[in-house]
Amino acid sequence: GLSLRLVQQLEGHLDRVWSVAWSPSGRTLVSCSGDKSCRLWENSSASASSPNWRCQAVLEGGHNRTIRACDWSPDGKLLATASFDATTAIWEIVGGEIENVATLEGHDNEVKSVSWNSSGSLLATCSRDKHVWIWDVQPGNEFECMSVLAGHTQDVKCVTWHPTRDILVSASYDNTIKVWTEDGDGDDWRCVQTLAEPGPGHTSTVWALSFNKDGSRLVSCSDDLTLMVWDTSEDLYDASADQTLWKHVAMISGYHDRTIFSVNWSRANGLIASGAADDSIRIFSEDREQSSAELGGGTFSMLAKQEKAHSTDVNCVQWHPTNPRILASAGDDGFVKIWEVIGDLSFVC
Amino acid sequence: MTPGLINANPVVHETKARSARTENTDENSVDEFDVLEIFDILFQVSICVTWLVLFVEKDPEHPYTLEQLNVVSEDAIDLDNKASHVTVTFTPTVQHCSMATVIGLCIRVKLMRCLPPRFKVSPSPVFQLFFKVDIRVAPGSHASEAAVNKQLSDKERVAAALENPHLVEMVERCLQERDE
Repeated sequence: GLSLRLVQQLEGHLDRVWSVAWSPSGRTLVSCSGDKSCRLWENSSASASSPNWRCQAVLEGGHNRTIRACDWSPDGKLLATASFDATTAIWEIVGGEIENVATLEGHDNEVKSVSWNSSGSLLATCSRDKHVWIWDVQPGNEFECMSVLAGHTQDVKCVTWHPTRDILVSASYDNTIKVWTEDGDGDDWRCVQTLAEPGPGHTSTVWALSFNKDGSRLVSCSDDLTLMVWDTSEDLYDASADQTLWKHVAMISGYHDRTIFSVNWSRANGLIASGAADDSIRIFSEDREQSSAELGGGTFSMLAKQEKAHSTDVNCVQWHPTNPRILASAGDDGFVKIWEVIGDLSFVC
Repeated sequence: MTPGLINANPVVHETKARSARTENTDENSVDEFDVLEIFDILFQVSICVTWLVLFVEKDPEHPYTLEQLNVVSEDAIDLDNKASHVTVTFTPTVQHCSMATVIGLCIRVKLMRCLPPRFKVSPSPVFQLFFKVDIRVAPGSHASEAAVNKQLSDKERVAAALENPHLVEMVERCLQERDE
C-alpha cells in the first residue's frame, strides 16, 4: 500500500477553493476560488516535496464572481479561467508579469469548466446553459467561437480533451458523458457517442473526467459515489452514431460515501486519485495481474486513503505532471494542499 | 398574468411549547448541538406565507413560520453530532410547490449562518461550515421530489444561486425576523 504525507498547506484564499491546475512543467500550481481570485504557487527550492511553496501572484479583477476552473495551455504561456460570471478569461505570462489579455463571452450563465486541446489550437468551455463551446485560438490572443455543441439536457459540469487527438469529452448534471469529434469538413462538431444508461453509465451527476497518459482510458466520477473507467482506445474518426465504440471497463464503488467531485489519472505514475465530499482522497490502480484486455474488463484496487484530507469537502485533486509522488488538492476549507506519495511506486510506473 | 394562489388557506399547526434552555456559560466547552437547538434555529426561519405559498409579492399579512405550516418539524431533523452531520427533511405545503428549492435554500443559508464551525482553523476563512448538511423534501411530498433533492444537494448550483442577487434578496426576505 501507499500513504500520503502532507508537504504543505497553502493558505491565502478567503473562500472555498474549487480547482487547482499544474503548469505543464510542474513548476507552478494555480488555484481558483469563490473569492474571485486565482493564486499562483511556486516552490523556491528545487524539490516539489520540500515545504517551500509560496504564493507568487494573485490574479484579481478578471472576474466578478466565483472562479470555478482553470487550465494551462500546453506551452504554459496562457492560463484560462472559467467563472460563474459567464465569461472565460485568458491570462498571459510575459516576462514574469501576468496580464489579462482576453475575455471570452457567449455563455448565458455560469461557466463551469475549461480545457485546452493537446496542441493549444482549441479551447473548450461548458456552462449551466447546457452548451459546450469550442473556441479557435488565433494569433494575437484572438479567440473565435468555432462551434456551439448542444446535446446535454442539463448543465455541463466538465469538459476535457483527449491527450493526443482532437476528441472532446463532456460530463453533465444529466448523468451522461458525451464524446464529440470534428466533422469531416472540419467546420462542425458532433456527438459520436453518449456514455450513459441504459448501458453502463452513471446514475447521477457526472462531476469530472480524466484521461490516462496515452488516452486509451478515461475515468469519470459522480454523485452516484462511483468512479467508472472507459476503454477509449477506439479511433472515432469513422464513427457512426449507432456503434458502441468506447466501452465500459470497470466501476469502482464502495469507497467514497459522499459525492465524488474530482478524479485525476496521473501521467507520471499511472495512478488514479479521487477527492470527495467525504473529505477524503483515495488512490487507485489497475490490477496488472489479470489479462483484463482479453476479458473486456478490468479490476482496480485502492492503494491509499487519506481521511480528513481537508476539514471539509475535497473539490479537486491533481497529480503533478512529471513528479510521480506529488499530488495537489483543493478544499472547501479554503486551503490548497501539496501531498507526497510515500511507498513503493516501482510496480506502477 | 395574475399569479394564482397555490395554497390560499394553508393549514396552520399549533407550535409546541418549549422549556427554557439553560444558558451555557462555559465559553471553553465543546459545542454539542442537539436536535432541539437546530430546530430552534429553523423555528426562527420566519418565511412569509406570501413567499412560500401564495407566491404573491408584498403581502406580509400571514407571517407564519415554517413550523406553523408544518414545513419543518423536530422529527424531520436528523443530527449526528459525532459525524457533524445534519439532515433536514421538509414538507412543502403543496405537491407542486414551486418554492420548494427556495425553501431548501433558505434552510441551508440559515444553518450556514447559525451552526458553528467545529474546528478552529487559522487563518480562518469565515465562511466555513464544517457540518455536512443534507436538505431534502419528505418522501411523497412533492411532485418533482427527485429533481428538487438533486438540485438542493448540488453545491455548485447552491453556490451559484447564492451569488445571484435576485435569489439572495428572496432568501434574505424569507429569513427576515418577523418582528423587525
